[in-house]
Formats: sequence, structure tokens, C-alpha cells
Amino acid sequence: MHEMALAEGVRSIVDNAARAHRIRGLEAVVLEIGQLSCVDPEALRFALGLALRGSAAERARIEIESIPGEGWCLACDRNVPLASRADACPSCGSHRIQPLRGTEMRVRELLLQKNRQ
Amino acid sequence: MGLRGGQADTEQRVIQLEQDILGVNNAIAAANRRWLRRNGILSLNLVSSPGAGKTSLLTETIRRLPDASAVTVIEGDQQTDLDAARIRETGAKALQINTGKGCHLDARMVNEAIGRLNMEPASLLLIENVGNLVCPASFDLGEEARVVILSVTEGDDKPLKYPDIFVGASLMIVSKTDLLPYVHFDIDRVTEYARRINPDIACLTLSVETGQGMDAWMEWLEKRRSTFCITAADGDPGLVPFFT
Repeated sequence: MHEMALAEGVRSIVDNAARAHRIRGLEAVVLEIGQLSCVDPEALRFALGLALRGSAAERARIEIESIPGEGWCLACDRNVPLASRADACPSCGSHRIQPLRGTEMRVRELLLQKNRQ
Repeated sequence: MGLRGGQADTEQRVIQLEQDILGVNNAIAAANRRWLRRNGILSLNLVSSPGAGKTSLLTETIRRLPDASAVTVIEGDQQTDLDAARIRETGAKALQINTGKGCHLDARMVNEAIGRLNMEPASLLLIENVGNLVCPASFDLGEEARVVILSVTEGDDKPLKYPDIFVGASLMIVSKTDLLPYVHFDIDRVTEYARRINPDIACLTLSVETGQGMDAWMEWLEKRRSTFCITAADGDPGLVPFFT
């Protein structure tokens, strides 16, 4: 359940932003979680429910945007879809694929509650 | 960090962050790595399931090294200091970190540990992570190389089932090979699976019980040490960067 540690990372990012912008309430926290990252989105959502208690995001909606995996096949010299680390290149069958996208675990943005500053 | 959107009540205000959730861990890990490199301390992060034989491998490794006092071990477990006690019996320095309910070591724990350990320059730091093939994968500790240990009783399909831990690992050690006659475990298959995930991973097999493969492992370690660049030639150890 390392998702709890990740949720605490989100909490500290939210706290820092809330302090910097004097935010009291957030409407939504938007996360980007890559398909190749080591995160189970539902476990993260559960952990965030606990980790964000008492923060500006306590009542916020959690939006998790999944980023599809993509890699560069060294043999074919082109980009290929990569749903898992174990995938082979769909054209040549090589496993020598450099991931380009889909490893991210980021807080992309915070949406503020309307009518409140 | 940017703010977009107007002040009108009807508009949605957005704070754009684009911040890595592991950003703090990664920054501390980078500081750990810088400090360890400056002091010429080669650090390895050993990961495996519980019971793969990490501590036995460590005690046997230290026993075979010429100078146990030039080895430091950080032991990660949820509870007890049994492992640190086993390491200390070899003459090496050991510090136990109990993670409580935590399922992995993180860079801050290692940072605190290296601050307390008083390590010799140009020594060896072995970090035994919490037994777990899942959670430690995400957390850079600042180590020079990650070593995955997989025992033959666990099954040869583990690299495909738990790929993340093999990503970025320098070496896979298949341990307990003395048990091979009693289990269905195919060394070629596990090697092929591990290289599907990580084409550059080195693979060794060994048994602490019989000593099979121990020489090759000690050679790997020695090669790693001898090629590890010691940049602290001026002898100034620098201060451990504290983040507490």
C-alpha cells in the first residue's frame, strides 16, 4: 500500500499551494497517473480520502487522468504503444523499448471553489 | 505555479502545478546520492520478497569481504531489530529502521540513517529494503544500483508478475539454488522474463548454503567497487544533507 505514501505526497503539494495562494477550499484536485507508473488509481483514491482530511482539499473531487504508455522501439526507430513494461514492440517483437510517456505521477492542477477566494 | 482564470464569481479558477508526487522523495534521494558519491561510498539497494534470503546473503557477503568494518548495512523491516543484530555479529556496522506499518524504505529514512552512521569514505553501504516486491519500486533511495533477489521457491514468473521492481535494477540474483532439485524453477526462463522487462539487467545465481555462485557475486561487487568513481580525493567528507 505505497499509495498511502503517494497520497501524503499529494497532501504536502496541496498544503504548499494552499498556503502560497491562501486557499481555503478546493473543488477538485487533478492528478495525472501514467499507465506504466506503479500506482493503482483506486487504491490511491482511497488513500487520498484519508490523507486529505483537514486540508483545503478535504471535500474536493479527485480527478485522475490516466496517461497511456508509449515507448520508442530501438530496433524499429519509432514510437509504439506500451500498455505494460512487459510488452514487446508490436512490429518487431523486441523488448528493447524506451518508455517515453506513461510513467508520470503528477498533481497537474487544483480547481478552486467558486465564489470563494 | 501559475494562476489562470478571472476574479468573476462564475469563472473557475485554476492553479496549475505540474508537480511530481514523488518530487520530495526524489530530491532527498538526489542529495543522498551526491553525498554518497562525494565520499566514494558505493551503495546498493537490495530488494526482494520476504524470505528470499537477503540477510543471509548479506552476512555471507560480509564474511567473504576482507574488511567487515568497511561495510555498513541499513536494515529495513516493519518490526524488530533481529536483522541488524545478525549483521552486527559479522563485525559490520548496522542500523535498523523499523517502518512500523510502512511497506518500503524512502529517501528520508535513508537520509536520517546516513546522518547517524558515521560511515568511512570509500566504504560499502548495503541497504536491505523491506521485504516486498511491489512498494519499494517507486522509491529512489539515492543508491548507486538496485539489486533484486529472487529465490527459486518463489517461481520463475515473478519478473512478469512484478515488473516494476525489475525496471531500473542493475542485477537480479536468483538465490537458494541448492533447492532447485525440489522445485519447478527454470533459470533460463526467469532470465528471459527479467530481460523482457529490463534488457540490460545482469543475472547471477547463487546459494548461500553451498556457496555455489558466491564467487561470481563477489566479483560483481568488486568490479562495481573498483569502477566506482571516488571523487572525494581531497578527503573532505562534507556534511550529510539533513532534511528532518
